[in-house]
Amino acid sequence: MSEESEESVPLLPLQQESMASALFNTDQNDNSERRRHDNSERRRNDNAESETNGQPQSNVQQVVEQDEEEDEELTLKYGAKHVIMLFVPVTLCMVVVVATIKSVSFYTRKDGQLIYTPFTEDTETVGQRALNSILNAAIMISVIIVMTILLVVLYKYRCYKVIHGWLIISSLLLLFFFSFIYLGEVFKTYNVAMDYITVALMIWNFGVVGMICIHWKGPLRLQQAYLIMISALMALVFIKYLPEWTAWLILAVISVYDLIAVLCPKGPLRMLVETAQERNETLFPALIYSSTMIWLVNMAEEDPEAQRKSKNSTSDKQAPASRTQNEDAEADDGGFSQEWQQQRDNRIGPIESTPESRAAVQALPSNSQTSEDPEELKLGLGDFIFYSVLVGKASATASGDWNTTLACFVAILIGLCLTLLLLAIFKKALPALPISITFGLVFYFATDNLVQPFMDQLAFHQFYI
Amino acid sequence: MTLAVFFGCTFIAFGPAFGLFIFTIARDPLRIIILIAGAFFWLVSLLLSSLIWFIAVKASDPQDERLQKGLLIFGVMFSVLLQEAFRFLYYKLLRKAIEGLVALSEDGCSPISIQQMAYVAGVGFGLMSGAFSMINLLADALGPGTVGIHGDSQLYFLTSAFMTMVLIFLHTFWGILFFHGCEHRRWWEITAVVIMHLTVSGLVYGAEQAPSQDPEALQDVPIPSHPSPPLPSWRQDRASPSLQYLFSWTGGPWPALVGQALGSICGSQPTSVAETGSLQRPFGSLHKTPQFWGTQLCWPCCELSPS
Repeated sequence: MSEESEESVPLLPLQQESMASALFNTDQNDNSERRRHDNSERRRNDNAESETNGQPQSNVQQVVEQDEEEDEELTLKYGAKHVIMLFVPVTLCMVVVVATIKSVSFYTRKDGQLIYTPFTEDTETVGQRALNSILNAAIMISVIIVMTILLVVLYKYRCYKVIHGWLIISSLLLLFFFSFIYLGEVFKTYNVAMDYITVALMIWNFGVVGMICIHWKGPLRLQQAYLIMISALMALVFIKYLPEWTAWLILAVISVYDLIAVLCPKGPLRMLVETAQERNETLFPALIYSSTMIWLVNMAEEDPEAQRKSKNSTSDKQAPASRTQNEDAEADDGGFSQEWQQQRDNRIGPIESTPESRAAVQALPSNSQTSEDPEELKLGLGDFIFYSVLVGKASATASGDWNTTLACFVAILIGLCLTLLLLAIFKKALPALPISITFGLVFYFATDNLVQPFMDQLAFHQFYI
Repeated sequence: MTLAVFFGCTFIAFGPAFGLFIFTIARDPLRIIILIAGAFFWLVSLLLSSLIWFIAVKASDPQDERLQKGLLIFGVMFSVLLQEAFRFLYYKLLRKAIEGLVALSEDGCSPISIQQMAYVAGVGFGLMSGAFSMINLLADALGPGTVGIHGDSQLYFLTSAFMTMVLIFLHTFWGILFFHGCEHRRWWEITAVVIMHLTVSGLVYGAEQAPSQDPEALQDVPIPSHPSPPLPSWRQDRASPSLQYLFSWTGGPWPALVGQALGSICGSQPTSVAETGSLQRPFGSLHKTPQFWGTQLCWPCCELSPS
């Protein structure tokens, strides 16, 4: 049944990843700024800078004192630790995609193309093929640009419900339909007999838990796992349905677009990030992978009563509190387990949250940021998707095979490292695609065409360099 | 071949290195970054050296065997020199990084010393070098075949695995020595490292060669013949016939087929990889295997009814 493939993958997942591809970090700048302040002037009594927690200054100093010994490592280790916190999910996504490509032949079989890439690449002449792939890439990129602008316009005019509905439909599609197809193909590959009832049960559970984790509340690791899984699924769809030259061209063009959209003053993604910062809202959690706790702020709440209540509940999680003295608030611990709270205490220090402190939190004008952890780092899901597309395509079509895959993998990780370094220096949202994709593309073509013949000859003569 | 050889060779080649990684590097994020950056530097050096070699090969006559051999040796030497040059560049970069770390720290001491960095950089170089040498071999080891059926050495995979392990260690040690020499301005240490590297890379040449393509040697071995069986329909879109080796122990239809096969092996022709020129890789990708280890696909003679 799943043999006839969907030639028209709906626009929604595309939009999802296109929009997310450039967002890198929205709170990082403020946090690292605060961190630098703490480093240089240790006992500053200036609470206006600290945006992330609302507890009294003494607690901040207590926190700072506790980290005094490690403070010299704090700025770079903060960087190093968070580089690793992003390496791990990116690596996992790539591993899932490469493992699937290598074992499930469905994703390397040509079953037609998407409607966004209508021109075929089975042409007689090379020139015709090049022209077709350029046209395909142009169409795809313009679709992505149009939908990004549409999203930004919707966001600017506060059509939150439309955006929410859009995101929910697209994640429904990914979590149910695409994962059903994936599961079916995996079963076919390993010849596992399965009945529809069991599959329905599995997919239903998987999908519903995924929707809850991504759009509402859930354990952090589970949410991260689901985001990685949907990125991998989306990447597999792209690997299957994009013809070769088109895929490489799209990768190149989209990293240029990412650069423009995030850095130019009128770029749609930059406008999106700035609007979100002006309104002190977090961006859509369904599109962004966060390395620490992320909360869905009820953006659609207009009712002040409901907003206050929701702020109550969100700030309860914001203010790092291990033991709340308020019994009501204790009941609503937001799904935090005891272990998480203890872990948070270990990191930040036991801090009481009283109704007074929380009232102070709400009174602070700048404290609606839902990023409670100053060390949070965010990466858009589009970045995951395109990294995995690159590595997956490399493993699917390279003659060098594993060498090329490995080279692209290392290149992407180094690009990510460099991007994070730039982020630490410039402290504002940066596009994560350009450097990594450039390195990845260079290494793919170089390894496939130059290194592989060399390594073949070396292996033939058993040379070891 | 198959799983035993795959796992054996993997653990021989990469076991010690992964042990080093897990116990000394994995805990500290800074070291992981230095490791990956070291791997990157090695990769860039390999890229540049293979670019030079490629240009030289394209500019020369492809028919002349001796010239190609000579170009390859030149390529190897040039690659070794370039690797050491990039090791030096990496040393410079890490020195700058240490200065940065010291500047950022409060008490003027960096969280990682240059010796630790030297060690991690060496492991990074070694892991990448070993991975590039060994991974394609390991992937092919998963598939069916018989090593050395043409009369060549049966120990090809084993020797490759051991060589890879040795090379990873050597890169680690060379990294430490090299950085130490750079730190204390002892140029003789650096030259010693370069000479050692050149020696090791050149040593293997003249040692056991890869299996020959000599047609006379090929004809000496009596080859039984049997037809290759048609794939059953449920495996039409399965990646490769070599997966049978992975799944024969999991049950399924294969034990019965193997039983059938053993009862009827006689007088059959294997499909020679050398003839087809391409080996269906495990996990589905087509790869033009260099025909150097002379593997032959020996199919059990089994009557499969297309179902």
